[in-house]
Amino acid sequence: MNMINSGDTAWVLMSAALVLMMTPALAFFYGGMVRKKNVLSILMQCMIVVGLISVQWVLYGYSLSFHPGHGFWGGFEWTGLNGVGLEPYADYAGTIPHQAFMIFQAMFAIITPALILGAFAERMKFSAFLLFMLLWATFVYAPVCHWVWGIGGWLRDKGALDFAGGTVVHINAGIAALATAIAIGRRKNLDKGTPTPHNMPFVVLGTGLLWFGWFGFNAGSALAANGLAVNAFVVTNTAAAAAGLTWAMIEWGRSGKPTLFGFCSGAVAGLVAITPAAGFVNVVSAIIIGIMVSVFCFTAVSIIKPKLGYDDSLDAFGVHCVGGVWGALATGLFASKAVNAAGADGLFYGNPGQFMTQLLAVGVTLVYSFVMTLVIYKVIDFVVGVRVSEKDETIGLDLTQHHERAYTVLE
Amino acid sequence: MKLIIAIIQPHKLEDVKAELYAANVNLITVNEVLGHGQQKGVTEFYRGAKETGNLLRKVRLEIAVNENFVEPTINAIMKGAQTGEIGDGKIFVLDLPRCIRIRTGEEGKEAIG
Repeated sequence: MNMINSGDTAWVLMSAALVLMMTPALAFFYGGMVRKKNVLSILMQCMIVVGLISVQWVLYGYSLSFHPGHGFWGGFEWTGLNGVGLEPYADYAGTIPHQAFMIFQAMFAIITPALILGAFAERMKFSAFLLFMLLWATFVYAPVCHWVWGIGGWLRDKGALDFAGGTVVHINAGIAALATAIAIGRRKNLDKGTPTPHNMPFVVLGTGLLWFGWFGFNAGSALAANGLAVNAFVVTNTAAAAAGLTWAMIEWGRSGKPTLFGFCSGAVAGLVAITPAAGFVNVVSAIIIGIMVSVFCFTAVSIIKPKLGYDDSLDAFGVHCVGGVWGALATGLFASKAVNAAGADGLFYGNPGQFMTQLLAVGVTLVYSFVMTLVIYKVIDFVVGVRVSEKDETIGLDLTQHHERAYTVLE
Repeated sequence: MKLIIAIIQPHKLEDVKAELYAANVNLITVNEVLGHGQQKGVTEFYRGAKETGNLLRKVRLEIAVNENFVEPTINAIMKGAQTGEIGDGKIFVLDLPRCIRIRTGEEGKEAIG
C-alpha cells in the first residue's frame, strides 16, 4: 500500500531546501557583523559545515539521532542510510518517503553547529573548527536530538514539546556558544571598544534570507502540507515581526534612535523563540512571545553581557540560548490543544505539568550541552590548539587561515 | 609648519587616536592603504593561482601641525602604535609651505589649528 502524499512530499522537500538556505543566510548575517579581515572566515566556516555535516548525516548522523532508541542515542543500525528508504516510516512521518524526512532533518543538523560559530568568531583556528564541528555534531547534537525527537527518546517520552527545534537547535547551540566563548577567551584589543559590523547590508540580507528559510524550518516541521503547517507559518511570521518591532522600540526609548541592526536582531530572536511553539500556540500568544523575547534578548546582549565580560562575539548565546529558553518555556505556558490536538495544554490552559516538563528538557539540555562542549573544546585544544596566534588574529583569519581576502583596495 | 604622515597597523589606530587627543592634536585625516616593508605580505591563493608577497592592510594618518606640535605629535604616534614587532610602520615629517582654511580663507598658523 502506497501511503505517500504528493502534496506533503513536495512541501517537505521544498522546506528542506529552505532550511538549507538558512546556513548561507547565517553566513551573511554573521559575516556582516565581523571586521572585514575576517568575513571570509565566517562564510567559509558556514559553507564547510554544509559539506561536513551533509556527509556525516547520511553516513551515521541520522542513524545516531533518529534510529529508535538505545537510551543515549539512536545507534548505528541506519549507517549509510541502510534501511532508510523511499517508503514512509510512519513513526516519524506517515505520508512522505523516509528519506524526505531524513534530508529535512539533515538541514537542521547542519545549521545547529553553525549557529555556535558566532561565539568564537574572529579567533579560532580552522583545523580546530572542523574538529569541533564534527565532534559536537556527533556527541552533542545527535544525543540531544534523539532524546527530544527520536523514537524512544526519554524527553520525548516525558512529553516535552519542541515543535521545530527550540531545545534541540537553539538552546543546544546557544549554550554551547557560551561555553566556547568562555573557554577561548576574549578577542584582542576589545578594551578599545567593540568592533563595529563591517557590512550592515550583509546583516540585513542574512536576516531576510533567515526569515524566509524559517518558514521551511517551522512550517515544514508539520511534515505535511496541512492546517498545522499553516498555523506554524502564520505564528512564525507574526512572532518575528512583533520581536523586530519591539527591539527597535526598546532602542528608540533608551538611546534615542532605532537601529537597523536592532530590528534585525529582534526579528531573528523572534524566530528563535517561536520555533518550539510554532505548532502549539495561536497568533495572540505568538505576539506575546515575540514581544517578550526581544525584552529578554536585549537585556542579555546589551546589559548583561558587557557586565559579565565574556566575549560572545556575535551573540550566539544572547539570542539563540536566551531566546530558545524563553521559547521552550513559553511553549509550556501558551500551548493549546485547540491549536494542535496531538500536542498538549500549557500552564495558561490549565496544565502546569507541561511547564515543568519543558523546564526539565531545558535544564537537561543546558547542562549536558555546556559540559560536553567544554570537554570537546579541551580535547581539541590539547590535540591541535584552538586559538590562532596573536599575530594571525591581528592580520585576520581570511589571510592567515585561508590565504584569501574578501575585498581588494586596489582595482 | 610640518605635514606628518604616519603608516601604522590598522588595529593600533584607536590607540594612536587616544594618544593624539591626549596631546591635544585633534585634526587628523585617516586613509586605509596597502603596503609592506620588512614585514612580507601573506601569500594568497585563488583557485590554485598563487600570489606571493601580497600587500597588507595599513592605516595612513596625515596631520598638519605648527612647529611646537611636531614633537608631541610624533611622541603620541610612537606611544600609540609601537608594539616592537616588525610591521609597526613609519613616520614621515615633511615641510609644509602653505595651508589655507577653505571656509574663511585664513592662511598659515591660524588655518592649521
